[in-house]
Amino acid sequence: MEAYISLFIKAVFIENLALAFFLGMCTFLAVSKKISTAMGLGVAVMVVQTITVPANNVIYHTLLKEDALAWMGITGVDLSFLALLSCIGMIAALVQILEMILDKFFPALYSALGIFLPLITVNCAILGGSLFMIERDYNLGESVTYGIGSGFGWALAITVIAGVREKLKYSDIPAGLQGLGITFITAGLMSLGFMAFSGIQL
Amino acid sequence: MSAILTSETKKVLTTPLVNNNPITLQVLGICSALAVTSQMSTSLIMALALTSVTACSSAAISAIRNHIPSSIRIIVQMIIIASLVIVVDQILKAFAYEISKQLSVFVGLIITNCIVMGRAEAYAMKNPPLASFMDGIGNGLGYSLILVLVAFFRETLGSGKLLGIEVFQLAKDGGWYDPNGLMLLPPSAFFIIGLLIWAIRQWKPEQNEQPDFKIMSIAHGEGGHH
Repeated sequence: MEAYISLFIKAVFIENLALAFFLGMCTFLAVSKKISTAMGLGVAVMVVQTITVPANNVIYHTLLKEDALAWMGITGVDLSFLALLSCIGMIAALVQILEMILDKFFPALYSALGIFLPLITVNCAILGGSLFMIERDYNLGESVTYGIGSGFGWALAITVIAGVREKLKYSDIPAGLQGLGITFITAGLMSLGFMAFSGIQL
Repeated sequence: MSAILTSETKKVLTTPLVNNNPITLQVLGICSALAVTSQMSTSLIMALALTSVTACSSAAISAIRNHIPSSIRIIVQMIIIASLVIVVDQILKAFAYEISKQLSVFVGLIITNCIVMGRAEAYAMKNPPLASFMDGIGNGLGYSLILVLVAFFRETLGSGKLLGIEVFQLAKDGGWYDPNGLMLLPPSAFFIIGLLIWAIRQWKPEQNEQPDFKIMSIAHGEGGHH
C-alpha cells in the first residue's frame, strides 16, 4: 500500500507530466486562459488517463511483450515494437467510446467536456503516460495508480497556470512578451516551484 | 534541379524558419522541444527524426488525400504517422542506441507532435505530394532551428560543453567557468524559449499579440477609469 501512495505522490508532484516532462504542452498553453475551461480539460485528461494507462498495460503484458504470447502456445515472439501503434490506437478508440458513452448516459458532462475530448487523442500527456508505464515496467496495480496520479498532476498544473494567467491579463507586459512569451516564463517559474518537491524521498 | 526550386518551393521552405515558425508562432510541438534540449546531440537527433517524419508523412498523406474519407481522416493520418515513427524508433535503436535511451519516450511522442498532425491537416490534405514534402521539411527545419538554439544555450551554460567537447574550462578542473546547474533543469527551457519569443517579436513586431486590457496612462485618461 505504501508503495502505491508514494508512486501517486511522485506522479502528481515530483514527476509532474506537464512541468517536469513538458507533456501536453500545446494544449497546456493554448487552453489555459480561463480557469473553468482549464479545469474541464484537466478532468477530461484525468479520466482518460485513468482508463488508458491500465488498458495499455493489459494489452502490452498479454500480447506484445517478449514471450507474452506464451499463453497461446507461441514462444520466442517479441512484438514490443508495435507498442507505439497499439497505444495510440487504443487511446483513439477509448476516447471515441468514452465520447459515445458520455453522450448517451451523461449528457450534462458531455456538453461540459465535449469539445475537449477529441483534442485529448493528440495530447502527448496521454500517450506519454502509457509509454512511461511501458518503459518503467509497471504492473497492473502500479499502472492504475500511475494513471490516476499523472492525470491529476496534469489537471492540477493546468488549473494553476490558468489562475495565474487570469490575473496576468491585467498587468503591463512588454509588447514582445505579450501572450505566449510571458506564458512560457510563468510556466518556467511554476516548474521551478514544483522542483522543490524533488528532494522528497518517500 | 531548378525546376524543383521554384519560388513557391522556396517560400514553403523558408517562411517556417522565422516568419511562421511552428514553435514560436504556431505554438505547435513544444513538448519535445523543451524536453530533449539539455544536450546538443539529443536535440540534433530529435530534430532530424522529426523533420524526416514530417516530410515523409506529409508526402504520403498528400499522395492518398483524394481517397481518404473525411470522417476517418484523423485515424488514417495517425496510422501513417505512427508507422513512420516506429521505423525511426527502430533505426535509432539499431544505430544510435545510447541516444535512443536518452530520448526515451520522446521519439514515440513524435506521433502526437502537433507539428506533424498540423501540417498533415493544414497543408498535405490540400496540396500535391512534392509540395507537401517540401512543406514538411520547411517546418521540420523551423522546429530544428529553435531546438538547436535552445540546446546551444542550455549545454554551453549548463555544462560548459558543446556536443560533449569542452568550450569553457570548468572551475573544478582548474578553469574559470562555474557551470549554471539551472540550465540543465526543466525550467530553464521555458525561460529560454520565452526570451527567444521576445527576441523574435522585437525583430518582427507584426507577430506581437494584442493585450486583453490596455493600461491607461493617467495623463490621458481622467483618473485612469476604464
